[in-house]
Amino acid sequence: MADRDRQGLRAVLVVAAIAVCAAGLISASHEISAERIERNIAERVMQSLHEVLDPSLYDNDLIGSQVQVIDPDLLGTTDPVQVFLATRDGEPAAAIFASVAPLGYNGAIDLLVGVDAEGVIQGVRVTDHRETPGLGDQIEISISDWITGFDGTSLADPPLPQWAVTADGGRFDAFTGATVTPRAVVRAVRDTLVYFDENQAELFERAAAEEADATGAETEAVPERVRALVADGRLRLHRTAVPGPAGAPLP
Amino acid sequence: MNGAGTLFADGFWRNNAAFVQLLGLCPLLAITTTLVNGLALGIATTLVLIATNSVVSLIRGALVPSVRILIFVLIIASLVTTIDMLANAFFHDLYRVLGLFIPLIITNCAILAQAESVASRHRIGRAALSGLATGLGFAAALVMLGGLREIVGTGTLFSGMEFLLGEAARDVYLDLPYDGMLAAILPPGAFFGLAVLIAARNYLADRKKPDPARREAAAIRQ
Repeated sequence: MADRDRQGLRAVLVVAAIAVCAAGLISASHEISAERIERNIAERVMQSLHEVLDPSLYDNDLIGSQVQVIDPDLLGTTDPVQVFLATRDGEPAAAIFASVAPLGYNGAIDLLVGVDAEGVIQGVRVTDHRETPGLGDQIEISISDWITGFDGTSLADPPLPQWAVTADGGRFDAFTGATVTPRAVVRAVRDTLVYFDENQAELFERAAAEEADATGAETEAVPERVRALVADGRLRLHRTAVPGPAGAPLP
Repeated sequence: MNGAGTLFADGFWRNNAAFVQLLGLCPLLAITTTLVNGLALGIATTLVLIATNSVVSLIRGALVPSVRILIFVLIIASLVTTIDMLANAFFHDLYRVLGLFIPLIITNCAILAQAESVASRHRIGRAALSGLATGLGFAAALVMLGGLREIVGTGTLFSGMEFLLGEAARDVYLDLPYDGMLAAILPPGAFFGLAVLIAARNYLADRKKPDPARREAAAIRQ
């Protein structure tokens, strides 16, 4: 038997042994950490949700009470939109929409919109966007409090024609040098309110039905789309606010 | 330990992964838009280097030369994946900062180079020490390049420190009366910044220990 064959066999065995050890190590650490990772993610989802809805306003399990809806016209995307339905003492209390503002300066802007059962905005936050740093990024709460201007508004206040930026004769301020971004966000929030107004009863019925189905089942892992809601927190550090040349989008 | 100091100086300064070997440029250039980003990647890289160097050193007796690179990559990838998962589960706040960078570490050739040139030839103590030295050297490079680009690019320093050290560190933030030059933050700025730092390091290294050939040349010129 040639020496080379033995060498080759030894190489195969060593690689196989190490591959098995590596696989064992990874599955063991997955075993240890998977549950805690899920819990951490759920906690961060809750943190995001509590930014747009005061926890004292509801008493159900928000993550367990969600439905997906599709309405490209009002919710801004052809993908299913996650809606969290909050109840208090079994009565509908509020809903949180992960809606999308499709007409941002550099593409879609992802939002979380919290609306109470009377159709009053409890809070709006931007979860992801690609707007121009230094101009359009003032929709981020970490940069400007502009987004809090929606708190307390509803379809009746301001009246529908005034649901626009000041430049278009509406009630909401635009930023210096950036009108497109706030216009997109204002429109998306308004459309979300319209959607909620038209579908409120059905949404809560669906959530109640699905919750009844799931009773007794293991708590479901946080769905992929919900994770996306918090992915931004991890990226924020990376996307430093850079003062850009006025009016020009960054490459 | 014999020559521990030399080994450390070697990894940290003489053979600095970023400035001398020019390894690991992919994460180095991509991440260093701020000092804090650089520091975070530096810490993560150092931890991974110590772990991979130790493991490679432990199994060096079983290495087969023809497939050693494959084995190194296997070890590095599985260790990094494990660290990624465990950090996500048990150090979640830190993970929110470092998490983005941990998978990037797999692309760092400096780790493979360490496995090949040091860890597979030395006992575990020396291998781990060399990993620590190389990691700290790389981290120092990241911090300097990140700091340089942050100051020139945005006129701030230590922005985002609260992500790494908690809310108390928010006040460390420095805001210079200067708006910044965008180019430094964009990819070309990474290359310019690295060039400046490499030049500075070479200048210091040359001054410390004059190159005999250069001294000769100077003598001839006179």
